[in-house]
Amino acid sequence: MSVSAKTLDQNEYFYGHKACAGCGGSLAVRNVLKVLGKNAVAVLPAGCMSAVGFNFPQLCFANNAIISTFAGTASMLTGIEAGFRRRGIKDFTAVGFAGDGGTADIGIQALSGAIDRNDNIIYICYDNEAYMNTGIQKSGLTPFGAKTTTTPAGQNIHGNIRPKKNMFEIVAAHDIPYAATATVGYMNDFLNKVEKASKIQGTKYIHVIAPCPTGWGIPVSDTVDAAREIVDCGLWYLAEYENHEFKINRDPKTFTSVEDYLRKQARFRHLSEQDIKIITDSRDKKWEFIRKNWN
Amino acid sequence: MEKFLSGDEAFAEGIRLACPDVISAYPITPQTIVVEKLSEMVEDGSLDAEFIHVESEHSALSCAMGASAAGVRAFTATSSQGLLYMAECLYYASGGRFPIVMMNANRSTALPWNIYGDQRDSLSQLDSGWIQAYAENAQESLDLALMSYYIAEHKTVSTPFMVNLDGFILTHTYEQVDVPTPEQAGKFLPPYETENKLDPENPKNMAFSAGPDTNYIFKYKEHAAMFRAIPVIEEAERRFAEIFGRQYSGLIDAYLTEDADYILITLGSIAGLCREIAGQLRENGVKAGVLRIRYMRPFPAEALAKAVSSAKALAVLEKDISFGNEGTVFTNVNSALHGAGMTAPAYNFIGGLGGRNISHQDIIRIFETIQSGTAKRVNFIGIGEEENS
Amino acid sequence: MIIKPTVREKKIFSFQDVPEDTSFEAGYLVSVNSGWRSIRPVVNAGTCIGCMQCYLYCPDGVISIQNGKAVIDYDFCKGCGICSKICKPGAIGMERER
Repeated sequence: MSVSAKTLDQNEYFYGHKACAGCGGSLAVRNVLKVLGKNAVAVLPAGCMSAVGFNFPQLCFANNAIISTFAGTASMLTGIEAGFRRRGIKDFTAVGFAGDGGTADIGIQALSGAIDRNDNIIYICYDNEAYMNTGIQKSGLTPFGAKTTTTPAGQNIHGNIRPKKNMFEIVAAHDIPYAATATVGYMNDFLNKVEKASKIQGTKYIHVIAPCPTGWGIPVSDTVDAAREIVDCGLWYLAEYENHEFKINRDPKTFTSVEDYLRKQARFRHLSEQDIKIITDSRDKKWEFIRKNWN
Repeated sequence: MEKFLSGDEAFAEGIRLACPDVISAYPITPQTIVVEKLSEMVEDGSLDAEFIHVESEHSALSCAMGASAAGVRAFTATSSQGLLYMAECLYYASGGRFPIVMMNANRSTALPWNIYGDQRDSLSQLDSGWIQAYAENAQESLDLALMSYYIAEHKTVSTPFMVNLDGFILTHTYEQVDVPTPEQAGKFLPPYETENKLDPENPKNMAFSAGPDTNYIFKYKEHAAMFRAIPVIEEAERRFAEIFGRQYSGLIDAYLTEDADYILITLGSIAGLCREIAGQLRENGVKAGVLRIRYMRPFPAEALAKAVSSAKALAVLEKDISFGNEGTVFTNVNSALHGAGMTAPAYNFIGGLGGRNISHQDIIRIFETIQSGTAKRVNFIGIGEEENS
Repeated sequence: MIIKPTVREKKIFSFQDVPEDTSFEAGYLVSVNSGWRSIRPVVNAGTCIGCMQCYLYCPDGVISIQNGKAVIDYDFCKGCGICSKICKPGAIGMERER
């Protein structure tokens, strides 16, 4: 049975946290835990979700949860998974929630190690495209052109000059049992991927776009809209890697306007026509590749 | 059973007897033999543990913390650069009160690169909240592998434990070692039980933040627990002696210090040579003694000051330097002496850096110069006379 | 019985109350988030069809469906307005906090 609002566990495992209003990251964490249920053991590195959820004595997880070091999400998951197995505990899921910086920058080594060992864990990267917890600094997953506090938009440089690292394909290159991309804008797709991952033995990686209204410069009510538009305009895609193959889940005949998507966000407001053309061209090139090579 | 083992091998034997559930380690010279031996033991079935091939030292300790947070016994081993690379996790493990045991093969720290033994790696981490013991020989290494878990996991302590072995001099040197039976070890070391764990029946939120109102209380409790290790170390050694017939001497190991005029304080494998020379000096009528520090944390301030109270002059010999100050062991010793109101002059001798040999003659000279009062406050053994004068 | 973190009696954590290690009962809350709001969602029960989309997309998990209608826990609602935007029948309006 597929996961939907109606079938979802009614318990609220992540509750009372101090995330900003409209936080996409907290939406991802909340719903993943509802899919995995009370026996999920959550590991969260230093970052937004641990900062807003674990301030003694305000502890916002109803399930077992622990903060890891910034770089150590995957390695701590490995230790917990091994430890629970040694205790003879069978019914549990070790799940990590790390942001884009915690995954693609400081945590990439430990993540790569865990995939290499094929440890039986689920790793969720909630991607809000910058170091939001420290005040919006560029990460390896900040997209081209985005203004952050360390990639200012001025006369000389128009925000971030490098494209986003492709974590999904980096992870897939390990020949991981299961990897997927998702967005909090299309929740059913995301949660069904989590459900699927929970039934697969070995390492699972899900990369979910989770807009940050504060960092993206959008109204707090627009998180879900932005998380849909990024897919609709083709700058993000919904895909899976399974049985050694890539599969695109959603191949729109026409894309909505990239410019409309960008112009709604303060972080992109400075972009010139030429910058937008660069972004649109690179989208088209990526989709040409996907359509040619993926199932 | 008697076996001919290197320090690393002896330590691995001790770990096999301690039966950790999870071993996560990354190779680094001169620690490698420990993890190689443990891998073989897991392979041949003589050690029932999860051996996890982590991709770095940071992950080695992070993984061990995960295992400890899951409520099981964890082990890791490292050295030098590896210890420094995992430094963040050292503080994390002690703050989380995860009683992990780690063997550190004492080795010089880059730059310049050097694989040989000195103690700058572990001594730079004295403030990380780990119990720190320094072994002198292979037998003590094995015995500390077992005792470390007893002490670290004790309910009143619950603090991680670092056992230090001098790189190559101890890790790679073969000695006759008595290896106890698993039955004896099982009698000594109880299974690990804790409430400090993630638990399906009783869910926990762990390793959280604590603001200024409670943070200092957590830190105070961590500090107090380290001191509570002192009676537990005595208890462990008493029980150990009953079962294995070997008695250790707590935080310090004093040799001919009771009536000594001149006492050399040191740690690790060099102590044997120092004792031999003190013995020779005694034959020549010089009342020499040697005090080996077995535990740098908790620091044996009282025991040390009491043991050297008769001294007219003291030398602290260490394989360490805190640049811009003096040797760290010397600083710690001086604080203890000052606290006890002792006024005998103390001199610092820095030697063995990057594995440089400390000779018979060097130790004789240490005693000579503290006796004559010609030593400087801080002396670098082996640096030319012109530099020292 | 729904499992979720719950607000406990307010107390000062004395030396004895502070745990020895950094582990504590899961889901222990001491404060609410209601003070964060400048606007609040208000459900028109007549229009609400109980489709659960607001429940599914609430970042704070403060919406439950009771007797087929959306109900909001105002102790923890931050007033982001995602529910109001996601609601197809337009059953959730945003009103200024007074």
